[in-house]
Amino acid sequence: MAGRVEGKIAFVTGGGSGMGREHALLLAEHGASLIVSDVNEAGGRETVSMINGKGGQGLFIKFDVAKEAEWKAAVDQAMASFGRVDILVNNAGILIMKTTQDTTGEELDRMLDINVKGVFYGCKHILPAMQKAGGGSIVNISSIAGIIGMAGAAAYQAAKGAVRILTKSVAVEYAPFNIRANSIHPGIIRTPMTQDFLVNEKTEKAFLGTTILRRPAEPREVSYPVLFLASGESSYITGAEIVVDGGYTTM
Amino acid sequence: MAGRVEGKIAFVTGGGSGMGREHALLMAEEGASIIVSDVNEAGGRETVSMINSKGGQGLFINFDVASEAAWQSAVNQAVSTFGRVDILVNNAGIFMMKMMADTTGEELDRMLNINVKGVFYGCKHILPAMQKAGGGSIINISSIYGVIGAPAASAYQASKGAVRILTKSVAVEYAPYNIRANSIHPGVIRTPMTKDLMATPDSEKAILASTILRRAAEPREVAYPVLFLASSESSYITGAEIMVDGGYTTV
Repeated sequence: MAGRVEGKIAFVTGGGSGMGREHALLLAEHGASLIVSDVNEAGGRETVSMINGKGGQGLFIKFDVAKEAEWKAAVDQAMASFGRVDILVNNAGILIMKTTQDTTGEELDRMLDINVKGVFYGCKHILPAMQKAGGGSIVNISSIAGIIGMAGAAAYQAAKGAVRILTKSVAVEYAPFNIRANSIHPGIIRTPMTQDFLVNEKTEKAFLGTTILRRPAEPREVSYPVLFLASGESSYITGAEIVVDGGYTTM
Repeated sequence: MAGRVEGKIAFVTGGGSGMGREHALLMAEEGASIIVSDVNEAGGRETVSMINSKGGQGLFINFDVASEAAWQSAVNQAVSTFGRVDILVNNAGIFMMKMMADTTGEELDRMLNINVKGVFYGCKHILPAMQKAGGGSIINISSIYGVIGAPAASAYQASKGAVRILTKSVAVEYAPYNIRANSIHPGVIRTPMTKDLMATPDSEKAILASTILRRAAEPREVAYPVLFLASSESSYITGAEIMVDGGYTTV
């Protein structure tokens, strides 16, 4: 039985671990071929290995999303291998937990470079590859931190707020090309990036804040919404924000 | 292969036509048994007929969602037939285009009774049926008109804004019962309710002016997001708003 993204070519950044790996694996389970990128070479190659091991097709490209020239070369490489790209998941990102006062200029630059420019360049340079596909779906991973305020993550919030609205701009510009663009806003997800905050029950409870489901999510609970947005089932959804947060932003 | 809501019991109000019918049919295709309600008896029975003829199981209940007593007995009937309810789609609703100055007290009452109380009573009275199921998913159909402003629909807007936020209240209250609640916000959808608005190419173009995909949706394009929220693939999504609007609210 055909998978929900059968025969599609999907590009997932930050696919070497955490949520990115899970997005890549689920899309592969549903029939897509995957380009997995990361600066973490071992992790990225392992994700591709897992995909190939289950009969799928994966390609690893090591590159830094913050570098426009590297984005362009990565898309060229994807085109040379697969001829087109149907799905882009801009998942690569970093987290820095620091207040406005304590954030240095270098930390802010790093955050904006990876989390904002990385997504911007991805959206910009994927266009010709999606035009070859006759259309496509761009899924940008923002955060609840791009919606509501919290203490101690000021640069991260700026970056994720940028992604939230940048996505709408892309949705408007790319609609004539039959390309949809949406943002996903995960809440507290159990990944390497959050493991320090979920180290015991007490820190977990504090970190979960107003999550009304009272637990962190497993990465796959974000991958299914990614799959939904990547597939034709969300054909009338563009410029939207899918909040996957166990109700955190509801209160 | 098991459907995505295999073995579930789903209750869809306003299932006699338009989007409601499509929600019911798609969930039945994916393995759910369906209670279809409507005040339109012919339409409701036809929907059930379509479900049964494809090998599914449907039950029609004719009742007015604006009546609390009717809701209570409809849920009782559902429970006595199926033992429980897993999914509730509060889809029944009316639409009216009138400037605020021209809206009568009776028209406002009617709008609030069907569109707000109908959803409220549904959420209230489905609880014991979902507790029997050990949890569930409530999907309330709001509208883009519950998000942004538009001329000549103030009573409708008031009602859909109410549904949008009422849904979050339900999400908070019902989380301890393992019940999620989310709202869907359709844009311009091709159904009996909108056909007068799109009667000519010019009027269609006018109503689609802010829709960046530049077309109305087919009902199934809303039914797939309903299916997604009904299924466990959205297990970490509650209190959220899913815009299904071709980018209308994006610009």
